[in-house]
Amino acid sequence: MLDVLSYAFMQNAIAASILASIICGVIGPFIVARRMVFISGGLSHTAFGGLGIAYWMGANPLYGAVVFVLGAAVAMAGLEKKVDSSDLLIGIFWALGVAIGIVFIHMTPGFTPDLMTFLFGNILTVPRSDIVTALALVILICLVVFVFFKGFVSIALDEDYARARGIPVDALNLCMMVLMALSIVIMLQVVGIILVIALLTIPVAIAREITFHFRRVMVLSALWGISICLAGLAISYIAELPAGAAIILLGAFILGLIKAGKWFSRRLFLGRKAAR
Amino acid sequence: MESLIEIRDLTFGYDSIPVLERVSLDILDRDYVLVIGPNGGGKTTLLKLIMGIVRPWSGSIRLREGLEGRLGYVPQFSSFNKNFPITAREMVLTGCIDGKNYFRRYGSQDRDRANRILDKMGLYELRRRNVNDLSGGQIQRVLIARALVAEPEVLLLDEPTTSVDITSRATILDLIGELNEQMAVVVVTHDPTPFAPVYRHLACLNRHLYYHGREGLDATVMEKVYGCPVELLGHGIPHTLLTDH
Repeated sequence: MLDVLSYAFMQNAIAASILASIICGVIGPFIVARRMVFISGGLSHTAFGGLGIAYWMGANPLYGAVVFVLGAAVAMAGLEKKVDSSDLLIGIFWALGVAIGIVFIHMTPGFTPDLMTFLFGNILTVPRSDIVTALALVILICLVVFVFFKGFVSIALDEDYARARGIPVDALNLCMMVLMALSIVIMLQVVGIILVIALLTIPVAIAREITFHFRRVMVLSALWGISICLAGLAISYIAELPAGAAIILLGAFILGLIKAGKWFSRRLFLGRKAAR
Repeated sequence: MESLIEIRDLTFGYDSIPVLERVSLDILDRDYVLVIGPNGGGKTTLLKLIMGIVRPWSGSIRLREGLEGRLGYVPQFSSFNKNFPITAREMVLTGCIDGKNYFRRYGSQDRDRANRILDKMGLYELRRRNVNDLSGGQIQRVLIARALVAEPEVLLLDEPTTSVDITSRATILDLIGELNEQMAVVVVTHDPTPFAPVYRHLACLNRHLYYHGREGLDATVMEKVYGCPVELLGHGIPHTLLTDH
């Protein structure tokens, strides 16, 4: 079985998994803590519009996605303050992105891509060039989060208080949205549009079951992300299942196990206490 | 005596509806100002204006020289993101962050100060606990500690006794009284009863600032502030302050 590791596509898949997991560890905890999961869902679907246009133009779909997601992130950060319901905005961006993508893919002559690939991604076909781009973005994102960590934490914890302390809340919020957008584009390559949301949330949810120290949540999210991705890849190879879906199902299963374990141990503990 | 904070003709609102109109107020050295008024009367908004969280439509807020960045803000209990996993000590440490140092690491000075204040607030043993596992009174003290860690000269508290039980309320009142020996204190509340023995300066706010002074209140002022004073003041303003209805 181990000889599969000598294949370049498998090496790329492993590298992509590790890079995506680091991203989910760095950005995911902020997204979850700030209840921005559906903003990330909206952003990842606007990427579809960019992918469609890039295919139609014959350009690298990665660039199309980057342009679209960045544009949507900046627009959302700007409009959120003016429009009362950011919910509404997310829904509109979400639908609009998908519609644009479908129209342009429909207009692309002789091109009938598998929509499932967009939705669930295909980690086994990630090209080396995308890995290099992803690595560069991982370094950039980690650096920015490291430098502005205190600022991001204080805004996520208490935005009004951060404003009162003179922290540039709007600029940092915009910065966080851009980081989120870039992360989503990287993760699109690995698990596809829908499952970006899962990879940003499941490892974080597992980490938050284990610790409430924010930094540890970040590290644990990354480690759980890597473990789930690699184990999911192995399962998909052995059981011949789609890789992205296998990764997510495994993650959800582990989260369920931990939740159930905690529930039972609490019951047991309470039961013992009552018996005394 | 020069005011620490001088507020003149302040007008502000949300979505073209004014919440505060032509409000003027002075906060003096070592003052203990109690701002009372009904819910929705603009009390929290007044603090947000002073803290610079929102900008006034018109009017001015002048801080005495050197006071910039020395205002300690204790927002309402429910204001922070309870979904954010953080220990009591980390939360207090976030009080050290300001517009100039948010990209630097915490220094040993910051940590020492946080530890000292946690100890003073009786929170040192709880410093490693998740803030969300603490009781209402403990969380309120964490919020006060977060404001104190930046060594403020004025402490502004929004409903500091609302979400806490009776015992914690007494502790918090004592604490605010103690702090008042070193700094000016502004307390905003819809329930002034517990503060009746300690405040020095009273302001009644319901869009307009109706009353502002040190003497007792009379019923006409209260009627203006609350509209219908009798029911609302049942356990509100200390009765000794009021003339008979």
